[in-house]
Amino acid sequence: MSITTILQHSLTGISLGGAYGLIAIGYTLVYGILRLINFAHGDIFMMAGYFMIFSLASFPWPIAIVVTLLITVLMGIAIERVAYKPLRSSPRMSIMISAIGVSYLLQNLATYLFTAIPRGYPEIPLLKRIFRVGELSASLVTLLTPVLTIVLVVLLMILVNKTKTGMAMRAASKDFETAKLMGININRVITVTFAIGSLLAGIGSILYFTDRMSVTPFSGTLPGLKCFVAAVFGGIGNIPGAVIGGFFIGIVETLLVALGYSTFSDAFTFVLLIVMLLVKPTGLFGEKTMEKV
Amino acid sequence: MRRSRNTVLSVISAGVFLAILYMLNLNRAGNGMLISIMQKSAIFALVAVSMNLLNGFTGLFSLGQAGFMSIGAYTTAILLIPVQSLDGVYYMNGINPGIRALKVFLSALPPWFQSVYPFVALIIGALFAAVIASIVGVAVLRLKSDYLAIATLGLSEIIRALFSSPQLDGITNGSYGLNKIPAFPKMFGGLVPPIITPFIVSAVCITLIVLLIRSSYGRAFMAIREDEIAAEAMGISLFKHKSMSFIISSFFSALAGGMLAMYMRSIEAKTFSITLTYDILLIVVIGGIGSVTGSVLGAFLVTASKEWWLRFFDQPLELFGWDVPLFRTGFRMVIFSILLMMVVLIYRRGLMGTNEFSWDRIFGRFKWKRKKVQGGGS
Amino acid sequence: MNGIVLKTEHLTMQFGGVVAVDDLNIEIPQGHITALIGPNGAGKTTAFNVITGGYMPTNGRVVFHDKVIGENHPRSKMKKIYNGSDRTTFHHQVVNTPDKITRLGMARTFQNIRLFKELSVFENVLIAKHCRIKAGMLSATFRLNHVEERTMREQTQELLKTVGLADLAREKASSLPYGKQRRLEIARALATSPSLLLLDEPAAGMNPKETEELAQFIKDIKDSFNLTVFLIEHHMNLVMDISDKIYVLDYGKTIAMGTPKEVQNDPAVIRAYLGVEDE
Repeated sequence: MSITTILQHSLTGISLGGAYGLIAIGYTLVYGILRLINFAHGDIFMMAGYFMIFSLASFPWPIAIVVTLLITVLMGIAIERVAYKPLRSSPRMSIMISAIGVSYLLQNLATYLFTAIPRGYPEIPLLKRIFRVGELSASLVTLLTPVLTIVLVVLLMILVNKTKTGMAMRAASKDFETAKLMGININRVITVTFAIGSLLAGIGSILYFTDRMSVTPFSGTLPGLKCFVAAVFGGIGNIPGAVIGGFFIGIVETLLVALGYSTFSDAFTFVLLIVMLLVKPTGLFGEKTMEKV
Repeated sequence: MRRSRNTVLSVISAGVFLAILYMLNLNRAGNGMLISIMQKSAIFALVAVSMNLLNGFTGLFSLGQAGFMSIGAYTTAILLIPVQSLDGVYYMNGINPGIRALKVFLSALPPWFQSVYPFVALIIGALFAAVIASIVGVAVLRLKSDYLAIATLGLSEIIRALFSSPQLDGITNGSYGLNKIPAFPKMFGGLVPPIITPFIVSAVCITLIVLLIRSSYGRAFMAIREDEIAAEAMGISLFKHKSMSFIISSFFSALAGGMLAMYMRSIEAKTFSITLTYDILLIVVIGGIGSVTGSVLGAFLVTASKEWWLRFFDQPLELFGWDVPLFRTGFRMVIFSILLMMVVLIYRRGLMGTNEFSWDRIFGRFKWKRKKVQGGGS
Repeated sequence: MNGIVLKTEHLTMQFGGVVAVDDLNIEIPQGHITALIGPNGAGKTTAFNVITGGYMPTNGRVVFHDKVIGENHPRSKMKKIYNGSDRTTFHHQVVNTPDKITRLGMARTFQNIRLFKELSVFENVLIAKHCRIKAGMLSATFRLNHVEERTMREQTQELLKTVGLADLAREKASSLPYGKQRRLEIARALATSPSLLLLDEPAAGMNPKETEELAQFIKDIKDSFNLTVFLIEHHMNLVMDISDKIYVLDYGKTIAMGTPKEVQNDPAVIRAYLGVEDE
């Protein structure tokens, strides 16, 4: 394999990793506060793909992006309200089943509304513009993804660390019950968390699908699970950790495909998950917690 | 006295069910769909019960069912595909010579062996899955609730990736899958016709699981579900009992997987994706987490409504010359998902909660208001 | 009769920089009732958890019937930050999970009652008998052990009668009133056939009358089951009434020990209790 191909693949990997990182943040935020694997997050990402297809059919692309993101955020908030909020004091297994149920519902809804046949993802000409450096070629979206990811993470970190809402989020993720007693409006915090998670999933969706060019009702499942793994890998509850996890998985996956092990590229993620959980369950940057007897 | 009445009633209803099956068997041609749906229900009932053993009785939220089913399905299929069909099945990449030799050897064995061979194959598949479960269990079972869920789900995906990988072409036929799998065999020299075989196998396996649940070990499982720390303080080894539950659940899931291969006659890795696990979870949740009879009932109800009763949702519907909107392909599954969400959010106990079906409860409903009858119990 | 059932040597438990139990040395003689008292947060429950195998000690040794059931010395990261007051070096590491220790004959209850809530009273006790089962899983599934199973059930019934819960056998554990739940938890611990019973605040949340009944109950079961008892308690009346020997813990350290009389008059104890008295 020549140096150019390696670079070419690395570039693709970094770009994919950026999209993964954005989705992984949604998992890490929600898990940090509710201790819930939001199984529906990957499907929110998939639905955002369809929203984009339809809004781009009727609006120019800048407006279409805004519309898509708005609907995605609303959907994320609505899912929390309807499916998770009533179960907040139930055993963890029920809320997890509810999350799986929502995922199931969204997939079936998408199959019903848009059929299972892959739909072409519209091209935004600007994003698809090709740049060439020597023998390397990349579309704008490939270059834009990692940059945008990092910018968004920095913004998010500022939000979490400097604003009042961010402080409430951190308090809720440290100790849910105490935060509630201290007068933090926990429902608002959760709503904000889901809004941010869905927004980033929406952005991730645009970046991801622009490179992949088609959407099916099931295209959210695997990326979703992979991004959860990314979040675990980086240490659940840790935002930069999730992004680093996303980049890592994206790059390794792309390289595995390039080396001809495409069937194992999905399996790799899960091997990574199991190894990580056994060796360092708190992830790369996670904090240790002790269970009380 | 009440006990003997209950036994009599149970035997009678089992007899009636069997009689219906035999009647269906006499008129196979006319009842093809019904038979097929019921067979699928019986197979899913077994998987659902084995999932319930883990999730409902031991409190381990595992999502690896599809993976273990695929181990059973592939093993059984490879062992059962007739030697003369091998070249047709593995037309792309050829079959591993070792496996061919083994199969040629087995096919030369006497007829008595051939008549039990399908069942041997099922058990080999199940044992294989149990071995895998015991190995990965060591690693995975240390994890808590949701981490266990995602790790088992990952495991199932790893197994699927392995089966469809080109490196295993000679064994699993990679992404082409396997076909020409023989259908259900007859049992007891024809006393049980092929159509009824899956019901008998499922019933026997479910009975075994129930016996286990009602034994001292089953009670230990429930103790772990209720409170791990207290269970451990009562001298119950968490690791040993969790592994037991995990291995047995995998064993029976794989056995059901093997039957699914016989039922479908052709399998591919895609059949055993995460969606399959979700489908089974749906049955368990609707039936009631922690109820064996709930899972069985759930399996029949869910499968029947999915494949039959709710089919009309997928057909365009015209009422009084007005095209009812919404009715088209896929609507059925949407209705299903909404039903599931309703069970999860509103009717949380499912059909049976953690209770088991009992005649006393049925009679308790009709007769005078007797003191609250205890369901299940000891 | 005078053998030492349980002994801890320089037992220390440190979480990060916090030393929860510091150099605890206790001896519990056969047939005695020994109490561990101290203000909230003194490290009593932590000591219990270390003894029963819930935590691995940072340093020290636990000996049960002349058998070392837990031993450790500061290692890896702890080596640097260890600040327990005793550094007697132990060389081995002995780890036992709680279930193994229970099977060796040490049973416990919990401060915040941990019953199998959804199961019946009868099942709660029956499950505790499981750790003594001889039949394997397969023979239990096929009911080849029906004699053993019947014996287990009979013994359970017997035990429930002894502790006065026989008429509630079919009730759900969580539906019992508080005092009865405590009693059930003790019954469940007894079902594991222990020689040493550890009670973690058995009288918590009880009124004086219930406490008195409990004192009698503990004395009764001690005699009828030939037990040694080790308990943590806040109710001074109960402790003074039934204990043969008392250890007083404060900030992880043993500040006094002796008979109830001796401890009652110990100035260090009075200071510890009056100084932080806020109950």
